[in-house]
Amino acid sequence: MGSQLNSEKTTAVSINDDGVTLRLKAPITLPVEAESICPDCFVGCQQSEILALPVFCGRRRKMLGDIFSVSGEASDRITVEGDLTHFKRIGQGMSRGRLTLRGDGGMHIGAYMKGGEICVEGNTRDWTGAHMTGGMIRIRGNAGHFTGAAYPGEIRGVNRGTIIVHGDVGNETGARMRRGLIVVEGHTGECTGAGMIAGSVFVFGKLGARAGAGNKRGSIVALGETAPMLPTYQYQCRAQFGFLGVYLRQIRKWGIAVSDDLLKGSFRRFSGDVTALNKGEILIHD
Amino acid sequence: MEINGVTIEDTFAEAFKMWGSRLIITAATEQWAMTTAQAATGFGTSIIGCGCEAGIGRVLGVDQTPDGRPGVEVLFFTTSKKSIAPVLLVRVGQCIMTAPTSACFNGLAAEKTVAVGGKLRYFGDGFQSSKLIDGRRFWRVPVMDGEFVIEEEFGMQKSVGGGNFLILAESQTAALEASEQAVAAMRQVPDIIMPFPGGIVRSGSKTSSIYKGMTASTNTAYCPTIRQQVESVLPEGVNSVMEIVIDGLTEGAIAEAMRYGIAAACQPGVVRISAGNYGGTLGQFQFHLKQIMA
Repeated sequence: MGSQLNSEKTTAVSINDDGVTLRLKAPITLPVEAESICPDCFVGCQQSEILALPVFCGRRRKMLGDIFSVSGEASDRITVEGDLTHFKRIGQGMSRGRLTLRGDGGMHIGAYMKGGEICVEGNTRDWTGAHMTGGMIRIRGNAGHFTGAAYPGEIRGVNRGTIIVHGDVGNETGARMRRGLIVVEGHTGECTGAGMIAGSVFVFGKLGARAGAGNKRGSIVALGETAPMLPTYQYQCRAQFGFLGVYLRQIRKWGIAVSDDLLKGSFRRFSGDVTALNKGEILIHD
Repeated sequence: MEINGVTIEDTFAEAFKMWGSRLIITAATEQWAMTTAQAATGFGTSIIGCGCEAGIGRVLGVDQTPDGRPGVEVLFFTTSKKSIAPVLLVRVGQCIMTAPTSACFNGLAAEKTVAVGGKLRYFGDGFQSSKLIDGRRFWRVPVMDGEFVIEEEFGMQKSVGGGNFLILAESQTAALEASEQAVAAMRQVPDIIMPFPGGIVRSGSKTSSIYKGMTASTNTAYCPTIRQQVESVLPEGVNSVMEIVIDGLTEGAIAEAMRYGIAAACQPGVVRISAGNYGGTLGQFQFHLKQIMA
């Protein structure tokens, strides 16, 4: 829907660099399908058109203006203020601009995202960044289960793009991801990188149990504690890995504290999962 | 024009369009990065005999390289876009990948690229793996000392080769000292190399020969030991000539390097600064000494 709205409007109004701010009028506990809160939808819209964008609140169709007060127009920079825990699919499919959530967000934030940047200053729920193919999602708090994972029934999940979670994440982070990078500054739940096809998951806190189950070619990098490894991983060697220097320096640029110890450190390499292709790996910092 | 009593001849250096690429070599220590760079750029003095012209650029600190290790920039120049790929493939494959602890990264953001890591990855025999971060793809190739990391593609751009100037001196000692000073000064300029040994050429050539099959022969007009046997251009008192050849990623970089070099070369014992050209008929670029030094 977002791209359709965008293609109809982009020629009508020039882009406004001041951005659009949405303020939640009153707390909402019903689930809200809010994929219209997306820079691609806003960029060509005058304020009256933004106010009229559709959302589903429970089973009722409403307009954004019924739920939010809106300032600004015609911009691909959006700030949303309020508790959006029950708002789903914010930034779904976005390809440009910047979306900032000043508060908690709900499920499916940035799902199918293609470009641009989402920054959530609170926590998010499940399926953050599911199937994203580009751009960056940054969660200042915690994220739920299935962060950067593939939806049930889908063989491949995330394919490019970066998800940074400064807090903890739930289970099955990065499940069946094809490419891309997920960085977790806190701890992960169980089955991180389950069924990974490729891509990278960096965990600075504790890596949860059963990490890399069914991993084909993906890299899971444990920079803190680790739960017991699956028996389907084989120890290979202790070494310094040049590519980690590239990654950790970039991660440091993204604002995560990476000590010089980590940059220069050696890692134990476990290859697996032998029940899958056996070309994946878990690297554990010594 | 005179600088420090040295005559700057009213002439120009004639230079040619080339294609250039810049690579960053890193290693566990600066010494190994430099050793690798020297191996990769060896036998790269002249396009005629070596297939490319290559040289070492800046030494990079740990905060200037992609992987946070000591590094060295190397530049490669060839005459065509097509010929840069085989040159890089052979030199990276044989001289950089083989060097202990080395890694190789693209050092030139350019529209045109050439796949090098994307081909060398097959050395991994199926155990190579790729990593993509911030739009750049790297290949990890398992090797006996660990892993060789190489970037998928290297940038290449239209460049300039064959910038030059000649140092005409009273003696070989004076010519060498002035040349060394010039090279040291020119090394401060980024994006250029001086591909000959130590940056200096003592056997400049002309594009003809009395022998069939020889496309180039010694530059008789500048050879002091036969000055009375040929149409010499050497003024009275000149007993030795040395040349500095410069390749650069841009015309401006070469002009800047020449300005630094000529200024440093004008010292006691040097009689004249000149430059090599073909009357302006062959090269696409002309570097007029008086304009550069104005």
